[in-house]
Amino acid sequence: MRYLLAVQNDESVPLPTGADWDASLSRVEAVNEEMRAEGVWVFAGGLRSSESSTVVRVQNGTTTMTDGPFAETKEQLGGFWVIEVADLDAALAWAEKCAAACWGPIEVRPFDELSQD
Amino acid sequence: MDVGSVYRAEYGRCVATLTRLLGDIGLAEEAVQDAFAVAVAKWAEPGGGGLPPNPGGWIVTTARNRAIDRIRRESTREARHAQALLLHQPEGTEEEVGPVRDDQLRLIFTCCHPALSPLAQTALTLRLLGGLEVPEIARAYLVPEATISQRIVRAKKKIRDAAIPYRVPGEAELPDRLPPVLAVLYLIFNEGYAASTGTLLRTDLSREAVRLARALADLMPDEPEALGLLALLLLTEARRPARVGPSGELVTLAEQDRTRWDAELIAEGHALVRRCLRRDRPGPYQIQAAINAVHTDGPATDWPQVLALYDQLRQHTPTPIVALNRAVAVAEVHGPAAALAIVEQLDIPGYHLLPATRADLLARLGRAEEARAAYDEAVALAGNDTERAFLRDRRARLAP
Repeated sequence: MRYLLAVQNDESVPLPTGADWDASLSRVEAVNEEMRAEGVWVFAGGLRSSESSTVVRVQNGTTTMTDGPFAETKEQLGGFWVIEVADLDAALAWAEKCAAACWGPIEVRPFDELSQD
Repeated sequence: MDVGSVYRAEYGRCVATLTRLLGDIGLAEEAVQDAFAVAVAKWAEPGGGGLPPNPGGWIVTTARNRAIDRIRRESTREARHAQALLLHQPEGTEEEVGPVRDDQLRLIFTCCHPALSPLAQTALTLRLLGGLEVPEIARAYLVPEATISQRIVRAKKKIRDAAIPYRVPGEAELPDRLPPVLAVLYLIFNEGYAASTGTLLRTDLSREAVRLARALADLMPDEPEALGLLALLLLTEARRPARVGPSGELVTLAEQDRTRWDAELIAEGHALVRRCLRRDRPGPYQIQAAINAVHTDGPATDWPQVLALYDQLRQHTPTPIVALNRAVAVAEVHGPAAALAIVEQLDIPGYHLLPATRADLLARLGRAEEARAAYDEAVALAGNDTERAFLRDRRARLAP
């Protein structure tokens, strides 16, 4: 099973800086290494803040672009992992490591199996 | 024994085993229901021979064959998955003999998975392992049937889509995974014992909780908290016959006719508590069981011992409810003034037993006017008619 581990980031709280930030980055990198070693790592990435987002819509053949994320909430997607593991328990165990390594809670969401073949 | 009692006794066990065989709860339920439909027709048939010697085994085998037929006709994703699983099952193994006990344990852990909401955990456990129908669960919790069936459907979908596994958690995970299972069984029991709304007792829910707790203790004999929960439920259940008087009124522990307690359940509960004590790995359920063992030992409660156990319980679970229960023991050992000092520090919003306890302590201290106000507060918060009547009666007995 493939799962998305999405980092929920409260953008109203300033991100850690200096040594705190470096420590967080190296914790995340350690989790990535562990995932690769176990063969569960598929893809991962950290995102810029939602201020840099643009939403693209196509309606009746017309394309519109709007500045900013889908919803103006303080909780935004801050980054994510995609992992391949046996079941939810395994995904939750990795999510626990990710949440401890980075700066926000993790939402664990299964991929639709049909989209994986 | 008729089909109905076989259904009650075997439904949960058969669904658990079929879930392992098919890898899907929905398919397992359909297969078991199909098998019972066949059983109703066959077992009642004149000359059909009545019940087979091993009804559970018959249901599992029939359900398995029915499922194979159904899977061959259908081509859904679940059906393909189930077909693959069935192809890898060795023929003629344990499922020919009957439901496998470990399957039930696996399914309890799936139903009480922390990724499911507490109401979904409870409803799913009662439906799949208790074999209760949706209307029965809805009645027990006084919520619309649609709410319960929606919760169950959603939970089953999540189990399938998110791949919540069917397995007993390993030793390392058990400390996190056992408590929600125990909590669900305890909640089911309590809802039956002191219904939050309507009348006081819903015996069917309590009985179901005791049955499931017994199964859990049987399946995990090395988990002292599983034994502790069973002991706690048995010792509470044992007092049920004396808890309500002839006209349906609530009778307090001190006033209960002890000859009406169920001596067999008490003996079983005491034996379990002794077993836990020998293991010496105490936990909240074992300590609560020990408190109930003291209450049911001899002609009167040994309050200093109860207080010592509450002191121990407070170390494990430092909640305001434990502090309130402990205060009741403090009143017996050190007097109502000492207990009132504790109770007045507590804040448990919406919990009627807080003002009820305060009222009782105030009454014992001769402060009738304040006691009346506290009883009024408790009556307003109490959820069931029996408890309300009890509190009004206490209020009426206060000195003018």
